[in-house]
Amino acid sequence: MTTADPQAIGAVPPSNSLGAIVRRRLEALKAGDVGTLPIILGLVAIVAFFYWKNENYLSAGNFTNLMTQMAGVTTIAIGVVFVLLLGEIDLSISYVSGVAGVIAAQLQIPDESWQVKGVLAIAIAVTVTALIGGVQGGFVAFVGIPSFVVTLAGLLFWQGVILYVIGGAGVIVIEDSTINNVANYFFSDTAGYLIAAGASALFAASTLAGLISRRRHGIQTDNLVVVAAKLALFVVVIFGAVLWANRERGFPLAFLLVIVFLVFWTWVAERTTFGRHVYAVGGNAEAARRAGINVPRVRVIVFMISGLMAGLGGVIFAARLNSVDLNAGGGTLLLDAISAAVIGGTSLFGGRGRVISALMGALVISTVANGIDLLGYSSAIKYMVTGLILLAAVTLDALSRRRLERSGR
Amino acid sequence: MTATAETTPTASATPTLEARGIRKSFGSVDALSEVDFEVRSGEVMALVGDNGAGKSTLIKCIAGIHPLDDGEVRFDGERVSISGPKDAVKLGIEVVYQDLALCDNLDVVQNIYLGREERDWIGRLREAPMEKRTAETLRGLRVTTIRSIRQQVARLSGGQRQSVAIGRAVMWNSRVVILDEPTAALGVAQTQQVLELVRRLSEQGLAVVLISHNLHDIFEVADRITVLRLGRNVAVYERSATTQQEVVHAITAGIPTKVAGISSMEEPA
Repeated sequence: MTTADPQAIGAVPPSNSLGAIVRRRLEALKAGDVGTLPIILGLVAIVAFFYWKNENYLSAGNFTNLMTQMAGVTTIAIGVVFVLLLGEIDLSISYVSGVAGVIAAQLQIPDESWQVKGVLAIAIAVTVTALIGGVQGGFVAFVGIPSFVVTLAGLLFWQGVILYVIGGAGVIVIEDSTINNVANYFFSDTAGYLIAAGASALFAASTLAGLISRRRHGIQTDNLVVVAAKLALFVVVIFGAVLWANRERGFPLAFLLVIVFLVFWTWVAERTTFGRHVYAVGGNAEAARRAGINVPRVRVIVFMISGLMAGLGGVIFAARLNSVDLNAGGGTLLLDAISAAVIGGTSLFGGRGRVISALMGALVISTVANGIDLLGYSSAIKYMVTGLILLAAVTLDALSRRRLERSGR
Repeated sequence: MTATAETTPTASATPTLEARGIRKSFGSVDALSEVDFEVRSGEVMALVGDNGAGKSTLIKCIAGIHPLDDGEVRFDGERVSISGPKDAVKLGIEVVYQDLALCDNLDVVQNIYLGREERDWIGRLREAPMEKRTAETLRGLRVTTIRSIRQQVARLSGGQRQSVAIGRAVMWNSRVVILDEPTAALGVAQTQQVLELVRRLSEQGLAVVLISHNLHDIFEVADRITVLRLGRNVAVYERSATTQQEVVHAITAGIPTKVAGISSMEEPA
């Protein structure tokens, strides 16, 4: 069935010399596929602006502060990315994250009959929020209610639950050190370097495995210079971060958790069958169904991921405050988490985006928020600026989508 | 099911797929009554008829989307029961629908393997072998216009998308490929490419069913032509022994043959 033909596809693969790669990138850029370019430019501009205004902005102290500040939002935003990839929305994440905080806090109250170890308390909390997500997803997948409505109901309901549980006391103080350490533990200098070295080794190993596999199957490998450059950039960034953090309190555990989440969920999204099916359902649900994919199952699991990540984010927030109060899950958390995913480049229309966009978007939001706090401006300014950035990001998404559609065919 | 032996380009004697006395009604409407249909390996069988003649219903019955009310389906001469799309796929019957059912946001390899991804024991996708086999399949079909199989399907032309959809259909040791209006939305050059592709499928020993309204296309690639009218068989023509006028007449004013059985498959006009 396969007769070779010198003129055919694959026989003359597109060149992967450096020049050709740059040319292809530029072509893609012109076609509207802007990738992560605007966000990197944006970040550079933000950092430059605040550094110009206040030199403390780039200090090691503020840097470690920023990393712990953004850990919770980034974690929640990872779940949002999955939901957005499906073309759905989850408005319940903020209060679901609050529920996780409340459960974990309740379970650690000393001398209560139900008191459990910190780790177990966290595990129970996030299991419950994953199930909450699953139930909400079930209404979307099997009953066919738009996710906007289901999760809007969830937003109200879980806010009510939080008020109901801690309304009397108003606040639960967390004394369990395991839970508090989630957001308040900083690695020693040595441990920090070991983590950086380990992460670099893992990254190198997985890159190498990919190259070997492609070579073994006789497919064109990526340009080695580009691969090496990516690896070098990774090593520089992670060692740079650890080095900088070590000048102050050290590398925060919370941010290590964020990195672990990012790596794991990126792997799920891009390297597993399940992740492939998430993209397929978000791109064309009918095509996915005809290809034999169990679409309702994919939907339910994605909402469970959303609940799970919201729960983990909630634990991080609770740990950071050493308590949960009536504001758990309130404020701008919901909008920050969704904005992070969108600003990071995940499309609201489904099927396009990457897990890493949760980090990119959260970086933008947090650097702005942190900078404005540092300069002593009010929340009013912070909201306005974040709103404008969100609008810019969505506009960019819509424009690039239009452009892609026009350049297709 | 017999083993998939190397089939010669010439049409074999036993039809690969054979439907006898198919009856299907939706409520009080008889969509198909006593319809016979067959296709042999190595041939292109056109299925024509006016709107509402029952072409799509027949295809959906064969593909397992609609259950049959009556009649039997034989595969390689053996009676089979197709009670769902999965059964049809298992037999090696693949349908390329008119709207192609591709995911625009996925690349060519991802689309071709959608729902049947190769993975290792921890669920990791095995990208390299999938990419390799996709390239081989498209090369085997001599699809030369797709520059990179790692580009998103959204960026392909209509003809290229059709090639991807057909490539997906022939990947899986399929024996029968059913194409629903594959050239409907295409320009002249792209239509030509797709028709050549259709021809090549039959040369590779597949049984090809081509549904089309375009008689010009049909006379270019089909070996035989089955005409349906109002849910009944009108005639089966050898392409070389008929004319477009004759087929048009059969489509618009043909008198349905009522007798089921092999005899009606021979030239009745």
